[in-house]
Amino acid sequence: VSGRGAGKERFSVVGRALPKIDAWAKVTGDTKYADDFFLPRMAYGKLLRSPLPHARIRGIDTARARALPGVYAVITGRDLPRVKFGILPVSQDEEALCVERVRMVGDAVAAVAAVDEETAERATELIEVEYEALPPLMSIEEALARPEVRIHEYGDGPNVHKAVSLEFGDVEAALAAADVVREDVFFFQGNTHLPMEQHAAVAWWGPDDKLTLWSSTQTPHYVHRLLAKILDVPQPHIRVIAAPVGGGFGGKLDPFAHEIAACQLSRLCGRPVKITLTREEVFYTHRGRHPVLMWIKTGFQRDGRITGMHFRSWLDGGAYGSYGVASTFYTGALQTVTYTVPVYKFEGARVFTNKPPCGPKRGHGTPQPRFAVECQLDKAALQLGLDPAEIRRRNLVRPFTKTANHLTVTTVGLGECIDRVVEASGWRRKRGALPRGKGIGLACSAYLTGAGTAIYWNDMPHSGVVVRADRSGGVAVLCGATDIGQGSDSVLAYLVAEVLGIEPKDVRVHAADTDLTPVDLGSYSSRVTLMAGTAAIQAAERLRGKIAEAVAKKLGVAPGEIVARDGRLFVEEDPDKGVPFAEAVVLGESMHGVLASPGSYAPPKRAGKYKGGGVGPSPCYSYSACVVEADVDEETGVVRPTQVWVAHDIGRALNPLLVEGQVEGSIYMGLGEALMEEQVFRKGVHKIPSMLEYKSPTTLETPEIHTILVETDDPEGPFGAKEAGQGPLLPVIPAVANAVYDAVGVRVDEVPITPDKVVKGLDLQRQGKPARVGPERLPVFTFPAPRMVESAFGQPAEDVAVRPFAS
Amino acid sequence: VKTLVTLTVNDEEREAYVPVHKTLLEVLREDLGLTGTKHGCELGECGACTVLLDGEPVLACLVLPIECQGRRITTVEGMAGGGRLHPLQTAFAELGAAQCGYCTPGVLLTAQSLLARSGAPTREEIREALAGTLCRCTGYTKILDAVELAALRMSGRGASAARQGAER
Repeated sequence: VSGRGAGKERFSVVGRALPKIDAWAKVTGDTKYADDFFLPRMAYGKLLRSPLPHARIRGIDTARARALPGVYAVITGRDLPRVKFGILPVSQDEEALCVERVRMVGDAVAAVAAVDEETAERATELIEVEYEALPPLMSIEEALARPEVRIHEYGDGPNVHKAVSLEFGDVEAALAAADVVREDVFFFQGNTHLPMEQHAAVAWWGPDDKLTLWSSTQTPHYVHRLLAKILDVPQPHIRVIAAPVGGGFGGKLDPFAHEIAACQLSRLCGRPVKITLTREEVFYTHRGRHPVLMWIKTGFQRDGRITGMHFRSWLDGGAYGSYGVASTFYTGALQTVTYTVPVYKFEGARVFTNKPPCGPKRGHGTPQPRFAVECQLDKAALQLGLDPAEIRRRNLVRPFTKTANHLTVTTVGLGECIDRVVEASGWRRKRGALPRGKGIGLACSAYLTGAGTAIYWNDMPHSGVVVRADRSGGVAVLCGATDIGQGSDSVLAYLVAEVLGIEPKDVRVHAADTDLTPVDLGSYSSRVTLMAGTAAIQAAERLRGKIAEAVAKKLGVAPGEIVARDGRLFVEEDPDKGVPFAEAVVLGESMHGVLASPGSYAPPKRAGKYKGGGVGPSPCYSYSACVVEADVDEETGVVRPTQVWVAHDIGRALNPLLVEGQVEGSIYMGLGEALMEEQVFRKGVHKIPSMLEYKSPTTLETPEIHTILVETDDPEGPFGAKEAGQGPLLPVIPAVANAVYDAVGVRVDEVPITPDKVVKGLDLQRQGKPARVGPERLPVFTFPAPRMVESAFGQPAEDVAVRPFAS
Repeated sequence: VKTLVTLTVNDEEREAYVPVHKTLLEVLREDLGLTGTKHGCELGECGACTVLLDGEPVLACLVLPIECQGRRITTVEGMAGGGRLHPLQTAFAELGAAQCGYCTPGVLLTAQSLLARSGAPTREEIREALAGTLCRCTGYTKILDAVELAALRMSGRGASAARQGAER
């Protein structure tokens, strides 16, 4: 049976610029986000949050709040099981409501459920908390310099959450053999996701002692698992439903205080409870981009080839672990996937501070090193007299090989991406030749298509799908994947429709409900299209096999002669001989009984055999190249990008419209990070916890974006597809920095590139000093002795497409 | 103190008995069940709650219902008429201008007001008009494209543009 040919022309649905299946609901206001749920008798909850960045809790008195008319329940951490939790098994350091200590402004200490939001808020104001202030540690330097003030008792040293050191091959020797060695220091300020939707959760702990939670979460499965632990309730009695998410970008990947408090309040007051965060609370909830200080030492041959790299990163983690251990490894993992780095050493440390915890934001841990590497490459190109595009071209990773740190790379479209943006932007004509104040910059990147390992160790599928067909001819897809606007529901519909030879409109998708849908790990690491998509294809192919068998029997042919296309199942060699899809389903159900087929996906097991080898592996990697053209106002220091060209190796564009949308959104978000977005603090307090003051680009600051899609048809991807949602963000930020240098000769080695930094650089330039603005010092810190691992650089990729559950 | 307000929402007369300080945003969502209007900040900063008041965009989080009595309020639920979507809604759906969709109602209504004023706005004029409605997903590109496509179709020059639009 075959509905799938080799070439593009064989596809019926794949490759078409179709609207998303939920587009109509979204343009009519019909989509129900978590805060749009209004249940009968529903109470409204509010959290009381710490006003201090670091303090011991002496006591909490809730009596006055309880006495307020209209209040149904008031809880503190003592009303919850005394168990700490965290998204990663190695960092169980969070409490929904802090009991003994608060570690940041915004830590929740109590929660109220009341008849309405206003009453709930008034009740929180009546709760009396006695704090004993502790010294706040607000920066990496401060946290390392004051070991006597410990934010947590665990970790790899006082206020050091995680310290890692890995060496793949003899880096000293490689640097010694280089013609040119560069050492550079960079800083990437933290920033936040700023989803348009404020997080919301509705919990209903019913009289049957079963709990249902509707939440704006990107990971209903992990929330499901962790709620059982946090609330000490059997997991089968909990149902988590991810409502359509109004923007995630990584900010809705952890279990949060408001979700847990809503559940417990509902249990106590016997009503559904809704908690919606205010915008200010969203800034505290955070889990966004880590501020990262970086030192990078790279050896180059005269022809521009990299001989080896030594990379150090210090991450400002904030008050809790969150995904931080993974973030730390990610700052070191993908340097080798983007370019050829034959030997490589990585040292990284994540430090606790009294700020909202950082975690995964679009690109998770990789935009910061990307910025450092790409800016350094431009400096090296200048030093070697090479075109920045050429130095990158000379360091392309060979397809189907392993990297120094044992990552398996499959298809590599980066060369074509570079050529395409160079061509489209007029790079050769413009670079170094635009009038002063106008510049052009280039940078590249690689990114995972799905994390190769789960957050908790297991041998089960990372994604599961059930496709069922009923005698009406209707097809339903059940999958735990969570649509956060990227279109994952639509992709499932397209792929199932493609395999079954029907239209996406004929497919209904039911997603992200732990009672009804097989587990998918969640919308993170750009994993859903590849993992849920591959599982969906498998499920649909199995279903098609059953139906085709019945059709073949009726037509008196072999099942292998039957194809599914254009809403029919028919004999490929004799297309008139066939039946409409609905009739085929009836034949299938008559032969097999109920038609429902599962599909499972787990990535190939390729993690390097060393500690830390679990972060970085992916079935395949996307590649992007980006050129930014920008104007720099020498008087004000304002940088205005005027045009952006991006070429993205998507493997295959399952729907070019959706891919473009992901690329454009990535470029926009990258520009915001490059030029204005920053999560900064003063005297222990968030400086700008509002949408007005936290600057993000509007229509006026977002330039025209020219997207070029490069298809490499990766054997690991569903019909060859790779990711699009994160990779294209990465090169934008260094491309802006490189454009600023091209425009005015100022190197801003610090993100965001705000006007004051540009002006400072221009001042230095006028004084005849090196026109560089960026970090001058590195923290005093000793990394652990490196774990020595042999470099796997250049070894052929093994076991491509050999993975669990594949047959 | 509660008061009875009478509002004309999407050409229907609606009544609500609400505290005088409750915002139009809250009344629309909580009392009238019109949850298509979204909130992103409740401080007048993000544009997500934009509705039309006598055809002009206003931020529902900064408007009190008592100010709106006797005036026409249009929410996203009122954009489609007689079972037909507004051309902006169709264009937004076809071109992928709504990703997470959370800013979409506010953007659509702001664009509707623009197209009512100016039949064939330039891309720069569209940028100006939409500068107050933040979107974190799309990079605005497909939003601008969709407003242009809708304008083209509404001007009557859009017969071929309709066919050229993405497949439905």
